[in-house]
Amino acid sequence: MTRIGVVTFPGSLDDRDAARAIGIAGADAVELWHGDADLRGVDAVMLPGGFSYGDYLRAGAISRFAPVMGPIVEAANAGMPVLGVCNGFQILCESHLLPGAMIRNVHLHFVCRDQELTVENAETAWTREFEKGQRIVIPIKNQDGQYMADDHTLDEIEAEGRVVFRYAGVNPNGSARDIAGVTNAAGNVVGLMPHPEHAVEPGFGPDSAEGGRTGTDGLGFFRSVLETLLAKA
Amino acid sequence: MATIVVHVMPKPDLLDPQGKAVRAALDRLGFTGVTDVRQGKRFELTVEGEVTDEVLARVKEAAETLLSNPVIEDVVAVEKAERCGGGGRGRGGRGRCCEGQES
Repeated sequence: MTRIGVVTFPGSLDDRDAARAIGIAGADAVELWHGDADLRGVDAVMLPGGFSYGDYLRAGAISRFAPVMGPIVEAANAGMPVLGVCNGFQILCESHLLPGAMIRNVHLHFVCRDQELTVENAETAWTREFEKGQRIVIPIKNQDGQYMADDHTLDEIEAEGRVVFRYAGVNPNGSARDIAGVTNAAGNVVGLMPHPEHAVEPGFGPDSAEGGRTGTDGLGFFRSVLETLLAKA
Repeated sequence: MATIVVHVMPKPDLLDPQGKAVRAALDRLGFTGVTDVRQGKRFELTVEGEVTDEVLARVKEAAETLLSNPVIEDVVAVEKAERCGGGGRGRGGRGRCCEGQES
């Protein structure tokens, strides 16, 4: 069975939800510890949300140097699928696996809502189950979620199709060009602020056309990576 | 033992939401006439031995590696803090105790 690692840092909050989502999608979730430079033979890695190291210094800045990040950066550069959600996205940016950085939300408030997104790139390791232009709804909850990069970088990632998701309807945190998620040049590393792992099970997801809390759009991320790994095998 | 002070500021062309909020609060409190506030960080690193150019260069490297994120911040100064008078803890806790050594 496909094994997807979930890293727990001191202050991670969504590692167990992430592991549950991976299980629901039909893969084995493998616990990875920030202090161990060991990926335990996993096929892909997810960096979950939370407030690792209390967001001290900058969100993700200290986690980036955790022992587990060495082999993750190496594996990511060799093509292993890596997904960073929220704090995980911040860690991937601090690690320079993804361009840009996150700063405090423009309105300074913590935001927590169901968020509509437009899928801009349905060819990454984590989005191939979606279609380009598709609208999905998954929860967002963050304080330092304003995506930033200089204009040159933004132009470059736009031109290369590396914007994976854009906020639709409302831009919840002031992110540049409504960017909610980006990918690396190879398309195996994806980071986004909203939380797919919180929208995988009817009864616990966002509201959808079918009824309250029925939304499971987050499943597409995990099904995508399973398909990606099968195609590689 | 000596102290090296590192100043990190958000990049000038970047929106600084925290600075903006502080400015608005100053206005509300009647501290008028402040047109802009930018909020940065000050680090005080206590090091062993003399502060040589080599030590300063090493701290500058640390400042650019960990203490700041070059995407959003600039390291604006790395300088040795002179020991304050009065035999206290010798920390350059106030700007006036710092001997500027812009880098």
